[in-house]
Amino acid sequence: MIRIRVAEETVGRYYPEQEMRTPTHFSIGQEAISVGVCQALEQTDAAFSGHRCHAEYLAKGGSLLGMFAELYGRVDGCCKGRGGSVHLNDPSVGMIASSAILGEMIAAGVGAAWAFKMDGSDRVAVTFFGDGVTEEGIMHESLNFASVMNVPVLFVCANNGLSTNTPLSVRQPRGHQIWKWAAGYNIASEHVDGSDVFAVHKAALRAVAHLRAGKGPYFIEAPYYRTRVHVGYETDEMKNYLFRSKETVEAGKALDPVLKATRKMIADGICTQAEVDEWTAAMVREVEDVVVQAKASPFPTVDQLLVGAY
Amino acid sequence: MRTLKYNQAISEATVQCMKNDPNVFVAGIGVKDPGGIFGTTEEANELFPDRVFDIPNCENAFAGITIGAAAVGKRPLIVHPRNDFMFLSTDMLINLAAKWKYMYQNGTSVPVVTRAVVGRGWGQGATHSQSTHALFAHFPGLYVATPAFPSDIKGLMVTALTGDVPVVILESRAVYGLEDEVPEEPVAIPFGKGRIIREGTDVTIVGASLMAYEALRAAAILSEQHGISAEVIDPRSIRPLDEEIILKSIAKTRHLVVADTSWATYGFAAEVAAVASEKGFADLQAPVRRVTLPDSPAPVSKPLEDAFHPTPMSIAQACLGVLRQEVQVTSHVRDVQEAFAGPY
Repeated sequence: MIRIRVAEETVGRYYPEQEMRTPTHFSIGQEAISVGVCQALEQTDAAFSGHRCHAEYLAKGGSLLGMFAELYGRVDGCCKGRGGSVHLNDPSVGMIASSAILGEMIAAGVGAAWAFKMDGSDRVAVTFFGDGVTEEGIMHESLNFASVMNVPVLFVCANNGLSTNTPLSVRQPRGHQIWKWAAGYNIASEHVDGSDVFAVHKAALRAVAHLRAGKGPYFIEAPYYRTRVHVGYETDEMKNYLFRSKETVEAGKALDPVLKATRKMIADGICTQAEVDEWTAAMVREVEDVVVQAKASPFPTVDQLLVGAY
Repeated sequence: MRTLKYNQAISEATVQCMKNDPNVFVAGIGVKDPGGIFGTTEEANELFPDRVFDIPNCENAFAGITIGAAAVGKRPLIVHPRNDFMFLSTDMLINLAAKWKYMYQNGTSVPVVTRAVVGRGWGQGATHSQSTHALFAHFPGLYVATPAFPSDIKGLMVTALTGDVPVVILESRAVYGLEDEVPEEPVAIPFGKGRIIREGTDVTIVGASLMAYEALRAAAILSEQHGISAEVIDPRSIRPLDEEIILKSIAKTRHLVVADTSWATYGFAAEVAAVASEKGFADLQAPVRRVTLPDSPAPVSKPLEDAFHPTPMSIAQACLGVLRQEVQVTSHVRDVQEAFAGPY
């Protein structure tokens, strides 16, 4: 989690230089969900994500240089500069794909899981998405298909209550609970605090055991607080609380999953604040090195424009 | 060589590809029905019941589901009994499948193969007789084939199911009864290679899908009634398009008519006309003419429907027009779907 947090904050720090020219949706605040779930997976399991994919890409094992060089549009990027922030992927670690179009990767995740089932493999697939996607028709189609075909797919809804800036209250019926709605498809479903990495991880372990036992799909809804604006590095404070009230923002800050996790670990005697500071400092050094490498990586030459087109 | 009907050729290609590669599977609404999508999936279901999947109604998600399966090594063959339903799949095919190989740059591809039937006649109407080929061919990243003959669909399916490119194959329902010689072995036919299906010297007719067959019948009228020698080219795949075969032909005949099962505006016929204009203008002795659907949705009522679709007569008339022969085509050939007794 510290690795992802430091990486994202570093992106935020360099973003205003106008050298990372790709619309970036920061995962800050979401780390507990990505890490809690991916830690329950094997590398051979498949993961899919949406536009806010940095945390999942890193949690699944994607390389830091692959991500930073991609944001800088360089040849060492995971997509060699073709994909940008919203299309991070690294199949070698099971991060199959991410996509900016809502819902695509829900279906793709179901498809990968279906393929695993056809092969009699014990591999599973997980697809990460936000609350906004649950309003798309493809969500219904995918839940229905996954349930009917009994495929080993884990749906993870990271619910930040906002679709760009539009709140749930104007998008979904009053009192609507996403995880209960998913349960209506005869899919095992639960709600877990998305700011608590330990709780998410326990839920994910339950889910993965369920999938590997051939019991069909599983759905986790995990609410969390999105610390930044929809796209770009700015905070609400920097935007003069244009989209959310100061009170909401202050309450959200209390849900910081990295702080919550480290406080708990310190309280439980698992580590000390000094160790946390040391891990953070080591990550800062590592990420700064990666930034230097990414900036040193060449741009693709123009004669590469049509390579891979057909 | 033995002969097969169009649907038999599809079935044979499917079964042979499934035998050769255990990752090939067939899925779509009704593919396990008795009769199996006009006889195209029945044998596959008999031989490989565990690899033929009837599915819920979910054209949008399902295109993505097959892309996800392909991303982890499967070779899905998706079947739509009517291609009009593929509008629901466009996001997945255009925004995801078509872009995968170029955009993700990780050595993976998603070779999903989508077969879909284009309806015609017996009142199929506005939403069951369109052809979506130009739509899918517009976007880089998909191969689009419109084979009209049994040997061609078999060979193109073999290429599609062994290649690494997502493919859309559109099949006119009206050619399902056509029969010709088909190799027994799974012989691949490359995409981007057209075929001269009749040699001629006076005018070139390029026809996609059913219109390749109708152009052959038009050429017979022109030859028998008007002493005109028409060369007929079936592009077989419209993306990639074999421009060379078309340009070579117009260098010989100096006249071009393009016949299509869809509308003129921004369509396949417009593309061929543009290729001729950009790269073969000096060879042309007359403007290109397009024979396409009138600019309306398809009607159901028989007299209106009969007037709606291009025919061998209207293609022949267009050829006479580009050759500046002021004569009316009076001969009549039977409608290609005349024996079709419906309903679907």
